[in-house]
Amino acid sequence: MARDSQAALVALNRFGFGARGGASGDFVNAASDPRGFVKAELARPDGALLEVPGLLSTAALGKQVFDYQFEIQQARDAAKAAQPAAGETAPQSSSEPVPQRRNLSLSTIAKEITAKDPTMQSAENANAAMTPAGTMQPAVDPPKPPAQPLNIIQKTFRAEALARLQRGVVADCGFVERLVVFWSNHFCISANKGALARMWAGSFEREAIRPHVLGRFADMLKAVEQHPAMLFFLDNQQSLGPDSRAGINRKRGLNENLAREIMELHTLGVSGGYTQDDVTSFARVITGWTFAGRQGQLGTPGTFVFNANAHEPGPQSVLGKSYPPNGVAQGEAVLSDIAQHPSTAKFIATKFARHFVADDPPPALIAKLQDVFTKTDGDLKALATTLVDSSDAWQAPLTKMRSPYEFLIASGRLLARNPEDPGRYLNGLNVLGQPLWSPAGPNGFPDTSAAWAAPEGLKLRLDISAQTASQLADRLDPRDLLELVAADAASPETRRTIERAESRQQALALLLMSPEFQRR
Amino acid sequence: MECCESLMTQATSRRALLLGGASFAAWAYLPKFARAADGRDPRLVVVILRGALDGLATVAPIGDPDYAALHGAIALRADGPNAAVMLDPFFGLHPAMPEFARMYRAKQAAVVHAVATSYRDRSHFDGQDVLESGFAGPGRVQSGWLNRALEALPKGDRVMSALAVGPTTPLVLRGAAPTVGWAPVALPQAADDTAMRLLDLYQHRDPMLASALTQGLQLEKQAQGDDMKPKPGAGGVAAMRLVARGAAKLMAADDGPRIGALAFDGWDTHANEGGPVGRLAQLLGGLDGALAEFESGLGDRWRDTVIVVATEFGRTARINGTEGTDHGTGTIALLAGGAVKGGRMITDWPGLKPANLYQARDLAPTTDLRAVIKGVLHDQLGVGERALAETVFPDSSPVKPMKGLVA
Repeated sequence: MARDSQAALVALNRFGFGARGGASGDFVNAASDPRGFVKAELARPDGALLEVPGLLSTAALGKQVFDYQFEIQQARDAAKAAQPAAGETAPQSSSEPVPQRRNLSLSTIAKEITAKDPTMQSAENANAAMTPAGTMQPAVDPPKPPAQPLNIIQKTFRAEALARLQRGVVADCGFVERLVVFWSNHFCISANKGALARMWAGSFEREAIRPHVLGRFADMLKAVEQHPAMLFFLDNQQSLGPDSRAGINRKRGLNENLAREIMELHTLGVSGGYTQDDVTSFARVITGWTFAGRQGQLGTPGTFVFNANAHEPGPQSVLGKSYPPNGVAQGEAVLSDIAQHPSTAKFIATKFARHFVADDPPPALIAKLQDVFTKTDGDLKALATTLVDSSDAWQAPLTKMRSPYEFLIASGRLLARNPEDPGRYLNGLNVLGQPLWSPAGPNGFPDTSAAWAAPEGLKLRLDISAQTASQLADRLDPRDLLELVAADAASPETRRTIERAESRQQALALLLMSPEFQRR
Repeated sequence: MECCESLMTQATSRRALLLGGASFAAWAYLPKFARAADGRDPRLVVVILRGALDGLATVAPIGDPDYAALHGAIALRADGPNAAVMLDPFFGLHPAMPEFARMYRAKQAAVVHAVATSYRDRSHFDGQDVLESGFAGPGRVQSGWLNRALEALPKGDRVMSALAVGPTTPLVLRGAAPTVGWAPVALPQAADDTAMRLLDLYQHRDPMLASALTQGLQLEKQAQGDDMKPKPGAGGVAAMRLVARGAAKLMAADDGPRIGALAFDGWDTHANEGGPVGRLAQLLGGLDGALAEFESGLGDRWRDTVIVVATEFGRTARINGTEGTDHGTGTIALLAGGAVKGGRMITDWPGLKPANLYQARDLAPTTDLRAVIKGVLHDQLGVGERALAETVFPDSSPVKPMKGLVA
């Protein structure tokens, strides 16, 4: 086949995570059969799953975090009981902090744990973006330990992050992994919500998103809305049917947060044709959708359960259709109907095209995707295949800006740096405004070029690229790397800029910042 | 990715706080009137609270016979521990806002109650779009009313010193009038020569990136000083103060911007909102601290300052089943600053009887937020009524500027 360098750039950058360095041959392979290169990943059964030794199920992680919180609570309670004794030892420990550390009171230890771990501070808080001062108890700063060991929540988050990062760096084309990131952002939670959300951010994606990325939308929707992480993120575990037994006994009731965001953000879209009454009715329908807590009264701790006691009795009308009272099936029926609603097909098709092709995608492409989504009953593999088969997706100029995540993964691929520690990536994502699994709101991270090509964001990318280059360029020839990234699709200006750079370090920084590397 | 980890971590701790909820952007010009002979040199700051502030919990209508029952366990009270600060016999201010209370007593702060934009649905993202764009509906335009108001002002010198470009510009300030932003981030800088070479490449190949990088490079040269660094372990509340302190420092400078906008996230209190103490109280304490930072940081310029605090919509009058509030309609706007004709509650109170609630669930809006903002833009900056009705808030001529907000 003919070598088509421009199409290779589209295959690698628009659909994938960019060319890998070393002897991968990615650019050559993509140039000889661009569509085949992208679609090869779609043919692998279960290719989206992420099964790594050591990564646990949501239930197992739930148990760990419940136990951890329980221990801290016990330490606090014990400390309260031993208050006077703790007071007497305080002056000693301040004069000789190091040896005394072994004999610190439980209260001091509990304080240290809560002070050092922002996820714990915010565990009780519905929005951890603003840390509650009420939990910042220590009146006196505890002595700073040289390196605080990570707690179970931090360890889990880093292990989950590392597994995801490594998958992105080593994937062949990365198209399936890009799909995972797209759907994960569409159905986002935020790890900042609290300890459980941080603990479950990775398992949520592994369990609710990945199995369905090449499956059916309705299945993903159900898996997401019944996942403990989502129920926690959008408060549904607190929502009680006002006329349910629990609602009457506890004098609590409805919280419409999850119901609204399912309609507005996950399916129909804001102008998808639902009303406030639909939101409220739907919120009643999904009362009782919760997860079992530490004591497991409702089921295995950390698993989805339907709590009939909290469920609003009676039929409900949503979007003009009446749903009989049949427990968890009532909500599942609503979800199933919403998944097939024409507004959902349009909303998903538009978002999908916008993510991969252009901020203002060609209407004909949206129509085609919408049509396929409808006709195949939300077959997401068919949706992805349609995108790759469309000529629009190959002809549209590469005007989208790589998101910070895409940029950092692409850099790691090119420089063949499979991370052993997620720290640098996580820090880079924080600096560039896309902290992993932690968007500011339930609408996820933005998906337009304007958001990511902001002045400071670009300057920070340059600073990060310069740092990266200063560490790595010694062993690399940036001119060779340019061949791996773009070959003869590179512009003469970019080629000249790299060739004339005053050092390898400078050349590599410029390559990482070149339009060929930043745009997709 | 082999970045220098210790430096990166340091930078992260700073930025992470900001991501917790705050950003600042300002107009890049010094308006001509800022050096006018009469010495009038006004400042305007717009603070956007994203997530929908519960106005009934912030400035509580304690005198309304229906309030206590509707707001239930989180209702403020006029007496007892953590009592509200009564602004008048009817309205009580949340006890987490002592600085605002002080400004109110000093007649440098006012509250507009039962206010709303023209948006009547309940999507945050559309509601914020209407609030910030100034158009009657969402998704119509990529510019904000404050930016379009600036276009109506006489431009003076371009202000660039001591400004870095912020991570994102709030929509309210986006548009044709050039703006700059600031965020307290420190990362080792790429060499100037590398940046210049890259800029040259962009100028030939990618004009949009060239423009972004040009702006991005314009500052950062000036370090902001140690007092700008957030303390490790401090939360988003501290970040609010921090951003306000930095913004005030920039806006106090003789050649600093006169008009700025900030956005604070996190007001979406669906569950466990808390009453006099708790989650909302924390946020309000942060906002209160930010207002105090402006007052102290602006120094002598405070007397020429108006700060407008606004949010996309209010929350349900009745608390929901989880001791929080769901998306609603009417809410409050706050005005603070030495130039505010303060010490006043400005409201046409609709009452909280079931029949008086909007759609039987929300505080009914009786004041159009655009009237408040138009009044401030007119009296504080001298933006003409015609521009206000046609370009700043298109198709809004029936909404007249509220008079007498500025002293």
